[in-house]
Amino acid sequence: MRAMTESLTRQADSLTPEFIAEADELVSHYPVSKRSASLPLLHLWQNHFGFIDDSAMEWIAARLDLTPVNIIELVTFYPWFRREQAGKTIIRVCRTLACALAGSYEVKDKFCQAVGLNPDCEHHGFGHAPPTTADGKFSVEFVECLASCGSAPVALINDDLVENIKTSEIPSLVESYK
Amino acid sequence: MVSLLPTPHPKERRIIFGNISKPGYSPDIETYLAHGGYESLKKALGMKPNEIIDMVKAANLRGRGGAGFPAGAKWSFIKYDDGKPHYIVVNADESEPGTFKDRYILHQDPHQLIEGLAIAAFATNVHLSYIYIRCEFPKAAKIVWEAIKEAKAKGFLGKNILGTGFDLDIYVHQGAGAYICGEETSLLESLEGKRPYPRIKPPYFPAVLGLYMKPTIVNNVETICHVKHILAMGPEEYAKMGTPGDGGTRTMCVSGDVQRPGFYEIPCGGVTLGELINDVCGGLKPGRTLKAVIPGGSSAKVLRAGETFKMKVKGPDGQMVEKEVPLLDLVMDASTLQAAGTMVGSGGVMIMDDTRDMVWALNNLNQFYAHESCGQCTPCREGSLWMSKVTTRIIDEGARPDDAKNLKNIADNIAGRTVCAFGEACSWPTQSFLAKFPDEFEKRVK
Ligand SMILES: Cc1cc2nc3c(=O)[nH]c(=O)nc-3n(C[C@H](O)[C@H](O)[C@H](O)COP(=O)(O)O)c2cc1C
Ligand code: SF4
Ligand code: FES
Repeated sequence: MRAMTESLTRQADSLTPEFIAEADELVSHYPVSKRSASLPLLHLWQNHFGFIDDSAMEWIAARLDLTPVNIIELVTFYPWFRREQAGKTIIRVCRTLACALAGSYEVKDKFCQAVGLNPDCEHHGFGHAPPTTADGKFSVEFVECLASCGSAPVALINDDLVENIKTSEIPSLVESYK
Repeated sequence: MVSLLPTPHPKERRIIFGNISKPGYSPDIETYLAHGGYESLKKALGMKPNEIIDMVKAANLRGRGGAGFPAGAKWSFIKYDDGKPHYIVVNADESEPGTFKDRYILHQDPHQLIEGLAIAAFATNVHLSYIYIRCEFPKAAKIVWEAIKEAKAKGFLGKNILGTGFDLDIYVHQGAGAYICGEETSLLESLEGKRPYPRIKPPYFPAVLGLYMKPTIVNNVETICHVKHILAMGPEEYAKMGTPGDGGTRTMCVSGDVQRPGFYEIPCGGVTLGELINDVCGGLKPGRTLKAVIPGGSSAKVLRAGETFKMKVKGPDGQMVEKEVPLLDLVMDASTLQAAGTMVGSGGVMIMDDTRDMVWALNNLNQFYAHESCGQCTPCREGSLWMSKVTTRIIDEGARPDDAKNLKNIADNIAGRTVCAFGEACSWPTQSFLAKFPDEFEKRVK
């Protein structure tokens, strides 16, 4: 496996009071067990910093009275979390049957070409960022069924669901996220 | 988002989607109130909790998440006065390939879900509830959370709801990209902040040892939404829309090779497969013929065009007679599809026409299951990966003479030997594609 990006700066050293207040608000949603706030804090962290470093896992664990391994085992299980920076815009193309019937493999290739990635590049999983352009603008990956099979093929671009994608529209779609 | 037909198809009956399809309908609370919102909750708060459960039982409401368990029976496992905290967790993880109805409800009509949930909570003595939404629905999570805050501001949630002394807090919890979290005990582990390994049943039935080891109800989004309509219509009216064991309406999500894919809310048992494909969805694409149907989400066993099924059906004189039923005459309800050896599952109907390669389709699903196995049980972790590797190799290099036998052997050794029903879910596609389309595997042998 490729080594994770190593960084000398610790994300946890740059937390703002607003971030901490938001974290505490999330913890308050789980009056029975703070541990339940693990996923919400990981989401908050990744949305804020773009990825999750070691200091993140230590900080979240301490905040929830856990040990870091309780958090590491989540980051290594859930495909959503990553330990390196991904592109500013992440294009997640649905790979599963209804979308594949509607041409999702070609759609993914076209997205790769439009952002300048080699369509054959692989996602190494296990906390790695999906394949990302050198300028850090775009990542492209396949994901499993996005629950919009009736308007296949679909992709989730950042927070936006794009449906009935036509390959001819992909270059202009990519342009709109530049 | 897939939009609804502007006017319902004659086979449709919009209950869950009744408001959503009205022009100008928006997800905010004022719109909801203007359309009779929270009236069912007011009614429920004036009833005895067990009267509400009896209504849900009489309505013959079955779970819409996949397993089809009767909702009223599930609720009655919770002992109202056992002195323990109880919880309800709404399963909004919607990730069974072929299923895409909950997404629409969450985005377009969140208050319908919240009202149903408040009624369910009142009936089962629940004061804390979570809605578990997959993180690939980031906008839905925001919309539902806003709706919860609106409902609280109006006194429909929070402390002393509408002056009755009943308290309920609801929070949104987001998943993190794992299909297995849709399995209810995995979902609970995930909500507890642990690795989402499904729990073994027995003893960990949610109704006994659920969230935080307390009695818990897990219901699908659509199931919970139906509750308010049962109260509004009365259980008899509601049940009458469906068949005797399967009341009300069910959203059928149709995808694949039809002219008008989308979701259609149809009285349970109100269409045959042929009517669904040819009337409701406008038929196949021009010049194509039907090849295969997966009737209830990707885990449901595939059916082959031209098949017939021996089953007992009601004759003209009301007596049950054994009959040969052709595929397109299968009624789309729980008991008929079960008799045909498959299931209505999550209502996700995937259609494939004569241009499709069944080995390719199976390989697509096998890759899904290999990716999504949680890895806890060896037969599932290894077997799902092997099945995917074998079908991938068949496509890339052609089949070996014993591939079909080996695939069947792997699949047969998963189902029934695992902690959770993912074991069945991942082996049924391989078992059924092999059984129904042996020719497609044979013709690939080099
Ligand atoms: C592998 C697997 C995945 C599942 N995924 C979902 C899902 O995404 N949504 C859902 O509502 N139920 C899902 N279920 C079914 C749940 O375990 C559970 O039966 C359901 O949420 C109960 O609600 P209901 O009775 O209202 O249907 C899944 C089950 C299995 C075995
Ligand atoms: S059957 Fe598969 S998904 Fe279910 S617990 Fe076992 S390994 Fe995990
Ligand atoms: S298969 Fe692509 S959204 Fe379901």
